[in-house]
Amino acid sequence: MIAEIKKEAVETFKRLGFPSTKNEEWKYFNVQQILPDQPVFSAAPARLSASDLTPCMIAGNNVHLLVFENGIYRADLSSTGAIENLVIGPISSLKENQTFKNNFGKVVSFGTEPFVALNTAVDHEGVFIHVPANAVIGKTIHILHVNTNEQSDHITSIRNLIVAEKQAAISIVESYHALNKQCNGLINVVNEIVVHESARVELCKAQLDSDAASQINFTQTIQEKNSTFDTVTVTLNGRLTRNNLHIKLNDTNCTAHLFGLYILDGEQLTDNHTLVDHAMPNCFSNELYKGVIGGKASGVFNGKIFVRKDAQKTNAYQSNKNILLSDDATMNTKPQLEIFADDVKCTHGATTGQLDEEALFYLRARGIGEKSARTLLNIAFVADVLNNIKSDELRETLQQKAEAKLMQ
Amino acid sequence: MLTIKNLHARVEEKQILNGLNLDVKPGEVHAIMGPNGSGKSTLASVLAGREEYEVLDGTVTFNGVDLLELSPEDRARAGIFLAFQYPVEIPGVSNANFLKTAVNEVRKSKGLEPYDSKDFLAVMKEKMKLVEMDKQMTTRSVNEGFSGGEKKRNEIFQMAMLEPQLAIMDETDSGLDIDALRIVSNGVNALRDGKRSFIVITHYQRLLDYIVPDFVHVLYKGRIVKSGTKELALELEEKGYDWIKEEVEA
Ligand SMILES: Nc1ncnc2c1ncn2[C@@H]1O[C@H](COP(=O)(O)OP(=O)(O)OP(=O)(O)O)[C@@H](O)[C@H]1O
Ligand SMILES: [Mg+2]
Repeated sequence: MIAEIKKEAVETFKRLGFPSTKNEEWKYFNVQQILPDQPVFSAAPARLSASDLTPCMIAGNNVHLLVFENGIYRADLSSTGAIENLVIGPISSLKENQTFKNNFGKVVSFGTEPFVALNTAVDHEGVFIHVPANAVIGKTIHILHVNTNEQSDHITSIRNLIVAEKQAAISIVESYHALNKQCNGLINVVNEIVVHESARVELCKAQLDSDAASQINFTQTIQEKNSTFDTVTVTLNGRLTRNNLHIKLNDTNCTAHLFGLYILDGEQLTDNHTLVDHAMPNCFSNELYKGVIGGKASGVFNGKIFVRKDAQKTNAYQSNKNILLSDDATMNTKPQLEIFADDVKCTHGATTGQLDEEALFYLRARGIGEKSARTLLNIAFVADVLNNIKSDELRETLQQKAEAKLMQ
Repeated sequence: MLTIKNLHARVEEKQILNGLNLDVKPGEVHAIMGPNGSGKSTLASVLAGREEYEVLDGTVTFNGVDLLELSPEDRARAGIFLAFQYPVEIPGVSNANFLKTAVNEVRKSKGLEPYDSKDFLAVMKEKMKLVEMDKQMTTRSVNEGFSGGEKKRNEIFQMAMLEPQLAIMDETDSGLDIDALRIVSNGVNALRDGKRSFIVITHYQRLLDYIVPDFVHVLYKGRIVKSGTKELALELEEKGYDWIKEEVEA
């Protein structure tokens, strides 16, 4: 079966090819800038040591840790411990698992998504997690990627599959780091997440790779009855970053929270494409993405909400707010609502502006220096995204990193 | 302490201050009254260093320093405090965090050690009593969702925390209920120590019953056209501004 999916993916990718900026979905994300002439899909040699991981332990040390270097699993640096019932490990070692076989390639569809097709077609590595029914996993799962590759022609393919059975609960951190500033290449991630009835999955993505590396990340969820999916995506580093986050509320009474923060400078570009698909009645979704963009950086937000005709009593909220710190910074934001049911509550809003000058003057008039005042206001602006990270340790670490970047 | 000479200022091509003179000595309370739009808030803004207001002519010296050369934060550090007519809401910045940053920056500029959290809390508690401020106001975001009166009270609380040499209060009394007016005035009076000076901008003589001024000035068309003692405020209350306008136009 998996072999068939792969074969189909190869055909699909051959047909689609890499997207050009003429493709409406890729209008602002110029793949040509980061595509090597001759992509190399094998990983660069391993050189990561345990001590290199210290700054990457953003969720603290008390986690189930899975470390990948350039997409290759480093069992020697990982520590998943013995977790009763829970199936967790690199997909390369779990290919024969029945749940894996039943779900792989079934959540995400690559028909129109070249990078998903490519990811499916080539050799990839990542994590498979199967949380059995009623299991509540207390410890955070930290999937930690370190980029140590200094060859720009490398494309690393990462593939995660997470299946949470009925009434299961799990919290996952997916973080990206670089060994040094020279590390580069393109990381192509696909996440498939299945949240069964009354289960709860939390996913925090922290994109902290080097500013020379790029990432394309496609996350697709399917939620069943009464389930919850909460996610926070924090993008601080990376040259070109594309996040597709597609949520499918496939049964009644589902809840999804989508939060995003991007703090960009230099020539960074972050493109968040989200889709919340309300397929069934009585579901709730809330989305808040915020950006602070300086230098010559640019941000893109494209937020789609579908409310299908059966999805009565839908509550769907979306908001995108941005602050531009310089004249050369740009933001393109586009909310797209397609509502086919009549009894729904749906709101959306987008703002892009400068820092509130009145507030700035107020702070300065109390003796706070201009630079500190600006930082204070920017930190306040991003707080209501970061406050949604439930793990104290992770939230505080990302707050510090965000503050450090805002202070530059 | 503060000497304003022949001050001319404009905002967005509109000249608002037209040769204003004022001299404030240590410990004095000056009340400034005047019709709407006469330039009272503009004067306060120019003194606090709001950048949209362009000074065309004149000088302002504060303790011998050219105030107009200083950034807003340096003016605050030098001891100038403006209680805003319309305090700004700042979502996401807690009142306590904001004040701690401000107080410590002002202390730093004076070569004093910053307060640690414990000391700061102690000072805050003491000053909160002064304006009878509720404890939960300090954990809330600066002015966010505060009622009009609460915002004004918060201004005086900040003033008490920052201990300025010269406090400029722009219509701090408007929007206050009778009790709050008394509380705020008591707070201000408690800060009168013979050295600290006040410029109190108000429309109502009633405030001046509580905060008794040494001088009362009338600002009209960007100039101080009449000065007197507290009796002048009573006279204005009774007769309005027409007679002053007539005197000026004559
Ligand atoms: N930023 C601005 N842009 C344009 N005009 C302004 C600006 N600020 C003040 N003005 C104008 O300058 C004049 C003086 O305003 P100011 O606020 O100083 O008056 P005021 O004496 O404080 O009045 P009030 O008693 O109503 O508070 C008014 O006509 C006002 O409209
Ligand atoms: Mg005014």
